[in-house]
Amino acid sequence: MIAETGHFALILALAVAAFQTLVPLIGAERGNRQMIASAVPATLIQLILVYVAFAALIHAYLISDFSVQNVFENSHSAKPLLYKISGVWGNHEGSMLLWVFILASFGGAVAIFGDNLPPTLKARVLAVQGSIGFAFLLFIVMTSNPFARLNPVPIEGNGLNPVLQDPALAFHPPFLYAGYVGLSVAFSFAIAALIDGKVDAAWARWVRPWTLAAWMFLTIGISMGSWWAYYELGWGGWWFWDPVENASFMPWLVATALLHSAIVVEKRNALKVWTVLLSILAFSLSLLGTFLVRSGVLTSVHAFAVDPARGIFILGILCFFIGGALTLFAWRAPTLKAGGFFSPISREGGLVLNNLFLCAACASVLIGTLYPLALETITGEKISVGPPYFNLTFGPIMLPLLLLVPIGALLSWKRADLTAVLQRLWAAAALAIGLGVLVLVATQRGPWLAPFGMALGAWLIFGSLADLAHRIALFRAPLSSSLSRLVGLPRSSLGMTAAHAGLGLMIIGIIAITLWKVEHIVAMKPGERADVGNYTVQFVGETPLTGENYTGRAGQFRIFRGETEIATVVSEKREFKPMGTPTTEVGLHQTLAGDVYVVMGDRTADGARVVRMYFNPLVSLIWLGALVMFFGGALSLTDRRYRVGAPKRNLTTAGVPAE
Amino acid sequence: MTRKQKRLSVIVGGLAILGLAAGLVLYALRDTIVFFYTPSEISEKNVQPGTRLRLGGLVEKGSISKAGGTTITFIVTDTIETLNVSYTGQLPDLFREGQGVVAEGVLDASGVFMADTVLAKHDENYMPKDVADKLKEKGVWQEGKGAGP
Repeated sequence: MIAETGHFALILALAVAAFQTLVPLIGAERGNRQMIASAVPATLIQLILVYVAFAALIHAYLISDFSVQNVFENSHSAKPLLYKISGVWGNHEGSMLLWVFILASFGGAVAIFGDNLPPTLKARVLAVQGSIGFAFLLFIVMTSNPFARLNPVPIEGNGLNPVLQDPALAFHPPFLYAGYVGLSVAFSFAIAALIDGKVDAAWARWVRPWTLAAWMFLTIGISMGSWWAYYELGWGGWWFWDPVENASFMPWLVATALLHSAIVVEKRNALKVWTVLLSILAFSLSLLGTFLVRSGVLTSVHAFAVDPARGIFILGILCFFIGGALTLFAWRAPTLKAGGFFSPISREGGLVLNNLFLCAACASVLIGTLYPLALETITGEKISVGPPYFNLTFGPIMLPLLLLVPIGALLSWKRADLTAVLQRLWAAAALAIGLGVLVLVATQRGPWLAPFGMALGAWLIFGSLADLAHRIALFRAPLSSSLSRLVGLPRSSLGMTAAHAGLGLMIIGIIAITLWKVEHIVAMKPGERADVGNYTVQFVGETPLTGENYTGRAGQFRIFRGETEIATVVSEKREFKPMGTPTTEVGLHQTLAGDVYVVMGDRTADGARVVRMYFNPLVSLIWLGALVMFFGGALSLTDRRYRVGAPKRNLTTAGVPAE
Repeated sequence: MTRKQKRLSVIVGGLAILGLAAGLVLYALRDTIVFFYTPSEISEKNVQPGTRLRLGGLVEKGSISKAGGTTITFIVTDTIETLNVSYTGQLPDLFREGQGVVAEGVLDASGVFMADTVLAKHDENYMPKDVADKLKEKGVWQEGKGAGP
């Protein structure tokens, strides 16, 4: 009964979404106040209905209602509670429902918190949100009903793919989707602005916090996925340039560009057309990602659907929204008044460069992702485009961008004095070069990228801090006055400093694991030792293992540094009920300096175990860097000028100093 | 600088970056892509030793040998031709006899495929799509059942 309620709520939500699309749009066109005002209640009703449907599906999973086909196929009564819930989105139908759930949440958030928006703009934004919701609800109702019943009712379910039964992966999809779908708000604002024919500083100020929130979720979602791949897949890798990873990375790149270009619109009223285009592109890439992952075009752990009807349906949605948006853009963009121009060496110029590099990088990833698909469709030839391609394209494009980040952040608006900026950065540059030289000396004839990469990371970190130190007059004024200046700084500029420094941390982590990873594969019998990096690993022995829904063997390993034992780790081989699907759990000893990563493999002919060991130096910095970037975004989001209602209030409260 | 010159400098800079990116992409696409072949195609196309490629097929029953400590040898078949594969390291959990597998590496002079990566993806009913397609072409694929038990 509850499942039927959920199904019914979905169909009602579809009808409400149709209303939410059409009525406010027509109302805004005709200036009909009542029709315009209907956007908010329609959005909220759609939100409630989608919530009811989502809650109904979660309920079915919680009580293990195997009469629902989706629950039967993806759950098992012996599964831990967390994975019963995460099982809801561990399959095609449920993950699409999660998609719509988050979309409705963002729509609702705009409806509730968008009090200060002009009513027509708000109505149009909500209408576009409604149209996206309509398309995806239609998709779910027509092709992917999560509430389909089974008769006779099976006694036990099939269980969730065991590699997905992991805490990081339980939260990875909601965060990633919050990022993907969050970009729909920027998209809706762009479409509304195109219909309106007006883009100004206020528009940018409304769009930016939504984009920032989406970007933060994407950052966390992607890094969670990478963290999961690192310790769950057992290859010691953290990024594989897998098409599915690329599908989430491309929206991130464009969202990053959008974050930066929206600042120019806000501060200088320039780059308007470009920013609108980026808003459209960012969400288009989200849709493309959804299509690639959900249509079965790619085979991977993410590709649940192999039903071609679904792929074609999503392709239809994709073509409609991207094609429609770009057509509207081509038609209406010329009506947007171009803003003022600026000197190439200026903050605006720096941000334009940032956008160019990010978009070029995104294009290189896009080509690398789609080229094999295109080639196979056209010639039937199968190829794979792997890390070598991306190292050769993405790397060199990002390198100059990263070098320019600390400089660009210090340039002033309109026209900047490059010499003055470089003078403020000499200390950071000296520190970075010093670190590079140190690495060069320490690693001797290692790859040139090692000292260069370390220096680059340090340059980003110290460059950001140098800017901060300058702003608060550190060492030039008494410490107390520096501190009070620090508190008085706009949060958005603190956020920028944090995000750029986080990027530097991430670069150091990436370069370190890429170039300095130590791998050792050896057959070991209990009691034997092997070296990896500066550590020694001893295989103690193995014991049988019983978990809630699996059995297996656990191998104990002691980790020594010199002769001192510093840790014991366990690597497990598990076999999951009900299919006996095997998985491997990695034994991981983590420190900031690096991880010792131990994987117990198969038995050899003479009864030893193949053990694969890694020493991954500084690898935690990758995820730590992502966290710092997320934190920077959050800090910026709390800036008073983005606070809800702020744009309006700023008009009345004079004396808020401009940056 | 006049307004026109400013605009020109931005446009020229933009084009330079795009040109650089396009050049890199074209160069990389020529040099870094890896072709995907089945054992029959490798013998048909007379692949030169040392060329990096991906090999797809099924692991032949009874062919897995772990005699050499951490080095494993097995035979990949597309039911028409077979190829010996040698791999040092740890096999994925789902690597099994009779199941689909994708190996990446180079063919050595004696005709043994020296793999440095072996993939058997995340699901036990999973057949790498590339393999399934190739097997369909060869007519050894049964829809719904996959190949093998």
